[in-house]
Amino acid sequence: MNEARILSEQETAEILAAADHYPDKSAASVEALKIVQKYRGWVSDDALKSVAGLLKMSPDELDGVATFYNLIFRKPVGENVILCCDSVSCWMLGADRIRERLSERLGIGLGETTADGRYTLLPIVCLGACDRAPVLMVGEELYEDVDESKIDELLKRYGEAWTNR
Amino acid sequence: MDKPLTQNIKPDLSAVTLDDYRRTGGYEGWAKALKDMAPMDVIEAVKDAGLRGRGGAGFPTGVKWSLVPQGESAGQKYVVVNADEMEPGTFKDRLLMEADPHQLIEGVAIAAYAVQADTAYIFLRGEYHLSARRLEQALAEARSAGYLGKNILGSGFDLEIHLHTSAGRYICGEETALLNSLEGKRAIPRAKPPYPQTSGLWGRPTVVNNVETLCNVPHIIRNGVDWYRGLGRGEDAGTKLFGVSGRVKKPGLWELPMGTPVRVLIEECAGGMRDGYTLRGFLPGGGSTDFLLPEHLDLPMDFGAMMKAGSRLGTGTMVVLDDRTCPVRMVLNLERFFAQESCGWCTPCRDGLPWVVELLEGLVAGRGRPEDLDLLEQLARLMGPGNTFCALAPGAAAPLQSALKYFRPDFERYLKPASSARVA
Ligand SMILES: Cc1cc2nc3c(=O)[nH]c(=O)nc-3n(C[C@H](O)[C@H](O)[C@H](O)COP(=O)(O)O)c2cc1C
Ligand code: SF4
Ligand code: FES
Repeated sequence: MNEARILSEQETAEILAAADHYPDKSAASVEALKIVQKYRGWVSDDALKSVAGLLKMSPDELDGVATFYNLIFRKPVGENVILCCDSVSCWMLGADRIRERLSERLGIGLGETTADGRYTLLPIVCLGACDRAPVLMVGEELYEDVDESKIDELLKRYGEAWTNR
Repeated sequence: MDKPLTQNIKPDLSAVTLDDYRRTGGYEGWAKALKDMAPMDVIEAVKDAGLRGRGGAGFPTGVKWSLVPQGESAGQKYVVVNADEMEPGTFKDRLLMEADPHQLIEGVAIAAYAVQADTAYIFLRGEYHLSARRLEQALAEARSAGYLGKNILGSGFDLEIHLHTSAGRYICGEETALLNSLEGKRAIPRAKPPYPQTSGLWGRPTVVNNVETLCNVPHIIRNGVDWYRGLGRGEDAGTKLFGVSGRVKKPGLWELPMGTPVRVLIEECAGGMRDGYTLRGFLPGGGSTDFLLPEHLDLPMDFGAMMKAGSRLGTGTMVVLDDRTCPVRMVLNLERFFAQESCGWCTPCRDGLPWVVELLEGLVAGRGRPEDLDLLEQLARLMGPGNTFCALAPGAAAPLQSALKYFRPDFERYLKPASSARVA
């Protein structure tokens, strides 16, 4: 809890640098939340309050912004967030099957995190790689033309999840 | 054939560096605008070139710029780049930002000079991490080379460009929702008028342009209006990135003259349908455009021609419907997207879209009633232009109403008992 109460010097510096790009500090709200998320994985209530203080916003106001955006996590997520595109071109080329295979391998459904905290599986809208459908994003990395072997490769790279099945 | 937008892009899609970019005339347009042209000359050139917005609506870019107040009393102004690309089936701006970031930066700079803005923001969708890294790198290069900053190339003009990365919501792409988002608020569209050109970011005059639109600008300024007009094959000027996804042999993205027939894109560039599949229809410009049919393949890819055929050129990235994909389920997938991404501000969109999804889900589950098809038609009309605050709902209505028109038997098939399993 303690480390969540106050932002690190690094976080504070990055947030203030982002805020410097705007005449009004609150314009950096989304970027500030993403900076916190980069270091902590998600945005806790305490972290949110500190950011709000830094940007001269009320915590409620900032939370209203935070909850509007899909990529701001207000609950803990796994070390590796897997985003599965479910939009039209990926859907057409078998995104459902890919997601089911991932669910089986990880032992979790969409919106869930593996027991070992290694993976979270989330749906995402079109990732702008429709010509290489179906696609996934793991962390900041795009996986294109995904099939069984790409799933193997992915799990090898980030580690097999511990499942109690 | 000239392909100005992609001429520098390397086969491995690594970023074009500043040196590479300068080798083919990069930043010459910027220098020319600053040294030889008054801001009004730049606006006139872009107007005369006939450049139309590549973000989906096709609004004439030079006209948009000319609506920004000029002169000493106009005060602080902004240029904002719409790099929120999130329309299902659209994958063009990502390539331009990842593979040739300086081209965009030069376009933004010239636009800023034209409207006399000293600050610009690139509003980038959060998932485009590689674009973000490459744009930051290119911005740093451009600053140290003196193309951005104070007193640029000794002209007395100052400009700073900031990258703003978002966090995932389709509605942020609507230009006034984007402005709210950029101000750090929830992304709800604003009432129009006033338009951003007179009252935009923090109430100041603001130009919002799509990534691809701005990438055209350096070439117009460097090579001239006549050259640019000559690139188009039909009524619209210039080239454009056109894409195809779905069950074609070679899905991808190509730079082609405006006015190129759809057939060239789908059959020649994309190699036609995969073996064993036939073409039933296509969404010409992303998920919010009306279906067209194989009989429309000879239409030129121009804004007007697509409109006349009952659809829109949109983003120019097509999604192909094959004979083994159920159009009803395809529409359901699209409507789920729009229902989820609605900002909830106006009733036809907030309440209409979940209802559409529910009706379509009922239909494919074999629970449909004959009157549901009429209800779907009514809902599509209710969400149409003029009834809502922004164009998300009319965009959602487009694939639905056109599917009901062209693929009615596919909807009706689900009404027959015990047949819903047939078209999986
Ligand atoms: C729901 C919605 C989403 C949109 N998303 C985008 C987008 O991601 N990128 C874009 O350039 N335009 C998008 N637009 C269009 C913009 O509102 C605006 O017309 C465009 O940025 C203007 O630029 P242009 O004139 O250069 O095309 C969207 C519109 C709507 C209604
Ligand atoms: S049409 Fe939909 S997305 Fe647009 S303002 Fe209304 S509710 Fe929001
Ligand atoms: S539909 Fe999946 S990347 Fe576009």
